[in-house]
Amino acid sequence: MSNDIKSDELLNKIDFSPKYDKGSGNWMDTTKSVQIRPGMYCYAAKAESVEMLGLPNARPWNPLEEDWKLPDNWQEIIFNGLKERLEKFRTFKVFMDICVRCGACADKCHFFLGTGDPKNMPVLRAELLRSVYRNDFSTAAKILSKIPGGKKLAGARPMTMSVLKEWWYYFFQCTECRRCSVFCPYGIDTAEITMMAREIFNLLGLNIDWIATPVSNCYQTGNHLGIQPHAFKDMLEFFVEDIEDVTGVNCTPQFQKKGADILFITPSGDVFADPGTYTCQGYLILFQYLKEKYGLDITWSTYASEGGNFGSFTSHETMKRLNAKMYAEARRLGVKWILGGECGHMWRVINQYMDTMNGPADFLEVPKSPITGTIFENAASTKMVHITEFTADLIKHGKLELDKSRNANRIMTFHDSCNTSRGMGLLDEPRYIIENVCDNFYEMPPNTIREQTFCCGSGSGLNAGENMELRMAGALPRANAVKYVHEKFGVNTLGTICAIDRAALTTLCEYWVPDVEVYGIHELVGNALILPGEKERDEDLRFEPLPGKEEK
Amino acid sequence: MNQKYLIPLTAVFLLFLVAYTGVEGAGLQWFFGFVFPYVALVIFVAGFVYKVLGWAASAVPFRIPTTCGQQKSLPWIKQNAIDNPSTSMGVVVRMILEIFLFRSLFRNTKAAFNKNVSNRLSYSWEIFLWLGALAFHYAFLVVILRHFRFFTSPVPSCLQFLEKLDGIVQLGLPGIFLSGVVLLAATLFLLARRIFDAKVTYISQAADYFPLFLIIAIAATGIAMRYFTKVDIIGIKTLTMGLATFSYVIPEGVGGLFYAHLFLVSILFIYFPMSKLMHMGGIFLSPTRNMANNTRMKRHINPWNYDVDIHTYEQYEDHFREKMIEAGLPVDKKE
Repeated sequence: MSNDIKSDELLNKIDFSPKYDKGSGNWMDTTKSVQIRPGMYCYAAKAESVEMLGLPNARPWNPLEEDWKLPDNWQEIIFNGLKERLEKFRTFKVFMDICVRCGACADKCHFFLGTGDPKNMPVLRAELLRSVYRNDFSTAAKILSKIPGGKKLAGARPMTMSVLKEWWYYFFQCTECRRCSVFCPYGIDTAEITMMAREIFNLLGLNIDWIATPVSNCYQTGNHLGIQPHAFKDMLEFFVEDIEDVTGVNCTPQFQKKGADILFITPSGDVFADPGTYTCQGYLILFQYLKEKYGLDITWSTYASEGGNFGSFTSHETMKRLNAKMYAEARRLGVKWILGGECGHMWRVINQYMDTMNGPADFLEVPKSPITGTIFENAASTKMVHITEFTADLIKHGKLELDKSRNANRIMTFHDSCNTSRGMGLLDEPRYIIENVCDNFYEMPPNTIREQTFCCGSGSGLNAGENMELRMAGALPRANAVKYVHEKFGVNTLGTICAIDRAALTTLCEYWVPDVEVYGIHELVGNALILPGEKERDEDLRFEPLPGKEEK
Repeated sequence: MNQKYLIPLTAVFLLFLVAYTGVEGAGLQWFFGFVFPYVALVIFVAGFVYKVLGWAASAVPFRIPTTCGQQKSLPWIKQNAIDNPSTSMGVVVRMILEIFLFRSLFRNTKAAFNKNVSNRLSYSWEIFLWLGALAFHYAFLVVILRHFRFFTSPVPSCLQFLEKLDGIVQLGLPGIFLSGVVLLAATLFLLARRIFDAKVTYISQAADYFPLFLIIAIAATGIAMRYFTKVDIIGIKTLTMGLATFSYVIPEGVGGLFYAHLFLVSILFIYFPMSKLMHMGGIFLSPTRNMANNTRMKRHINPWNYDVDIHTYEQYEDHFREKMIEAGLPVDKKE
């Protein structure tokens, strides 16, 4: 089973000096050899999920089979799809034309570093598509192809079934992390090219199920996991019981409260999957503290119960359809502004797309912290504030009573999520919080953090179970840096502000660095925050003894 | 041998021969010295403009800068105003640094994997690509500027100053120009990278080798004329001044080497707009670099934004009303 691959076997595959297939001088001639391999790909989208969203060509299909059951005019659909997107997105058009293949991006991709597969070099991933672009859309290439040797000079190839399969395989081996674009002298962003490729796949019904089904759930039920409203409430109430066991304080949240000050939206992973659930408990504790001390009026919603947006891994249109619920619910409830939980791609969508797609949010007010009076000028138009901005501001103004000693057994490092670092620049807010709730904090090496951070290897909808070899290979660069600080400083806790990270990094640590645990930042806040009327705590939110209370 | 560089190498060699024999054998000075340069110039300008207008015609629906530093957020958190600009001023500085100093390339690292010993991945600063690229571009720029002396009379003093600076290392006769030597060395380095670095070899296409060979040939013919074959410089200036003033002059005594040099330059001009060399124009238009990260502060308008189907709260409540009431969740319609 490829999914049981041992870490040594993975390490043995790594080679940063790619060799050509024998007998061929050019990767473009080798498309026939592309083998879609178990462990490296995700299962095909279920027909029901594709149908629910009204997207084309819903049918059962299997990537391993010869026949992908495409419409007869699939080449025409691809051609027209590319043409439309070249007109709609300057990024796409410019990025198709200006790459000089300097190779600066080549060893920046975690998938290349973890697999050594040359087609995972960002430049080559893009060339898979560019070669067809040059064939179909470049006048120059068409002229060149007419002179002897000109076809080689143009670097063009026609769209065939094996090219499509190669696209599919490799554009679902990109997590849209944008690390390559930091190093590109022209800022060519492979995430943007992958997004276009995936839009094209969706015109043909070629999505993967790990994306399509969460999207369908989110559209219909309000969140990726398909948690229905009553169950969502039940789950939060279950957390309330756990928190009461640990702290003796009731932290019951409000739902769909009309006229509340703030609407809170977080990824549903925080409600469903450990260790995100502890982060969610951290939010509940913080909100209870602020309500008790300062009368904060905050509401959750079961309709807008998803911060994440797997639509953004499908198409811009699907991204917009899912994201629309945030403003729609804020308007219906009549809140003043929106507070967003810890999540990566959710914040790329909010920072770079939401207001443009679904704004203007003129029915909301410019966010102002009711407790510190701070006006969040940086969110003046979108009217949505990141919870680490909100909490950092509270701490700076001395509004939170924190007992750092409760996190004294946490020797921390911090993983910057791709989207919040390279699609937003939220770097110092979470670090400020960590420094105020925890004493032991060590950074990973500089080439692996902040804007140069490495992806968890499972982003952009690739955190399925069937592609575990791919995920663990892609996780290697991140894991390697964690291992470094684990060995050097005894780091046992990897902090993060992303729901996919909380799930994916946990698997990563189990595989590569077994002694390190993953924590959301607000779980640490929840542990440190001294609630009014709380009992003497003996345990943290995971029911593990607090430091100094082990003997009890 | 790899046909990816064999074809472009042969092509450049043939192009050289075409011009050389065309002049020396067939006496086609009028074509290579007068007609073709104009054709090349027209194609270059028209192609360049066409390409840039084509990019500009595409919409910029979203603000998606790649942020490479701390965002502007709370007043006491220090923003990286250049790598994560929130104002046009910041963007301008970022673009200037990109265009003139190749700032992103400056960050380049080289990954290494220490297999079996520590199993550690490490990243070291890799400056040579940046250095080679910078040397190549600036040397080429100086060479081009220096050549304006052939199209101006009298030669402006700024050009004379540049020449003086370029010839600051006083070596040999005629004095050596640094720019030409650096240009040739840098192109040879960039070529060597393509041939000997396995990753770069893998990604390289004929379209990467062709301009390199072409520029090497241009530099080599230029250097040969200046330092070795000692061409008739007065004759050449008569011809180039003729080109600059649209008057047909073909002087006696200018050999095939000069026409081959001019022809290769013309080919470069023609090839430019239809190739990756257009990164010269594209760098100005790259949305991940030329936009401010201020979308949360100021709404960006998508010119083709359209309405989409969404699942409304009413539909949601209709679907789940009973369960919601039972769970004690507020509903808009009690039925």
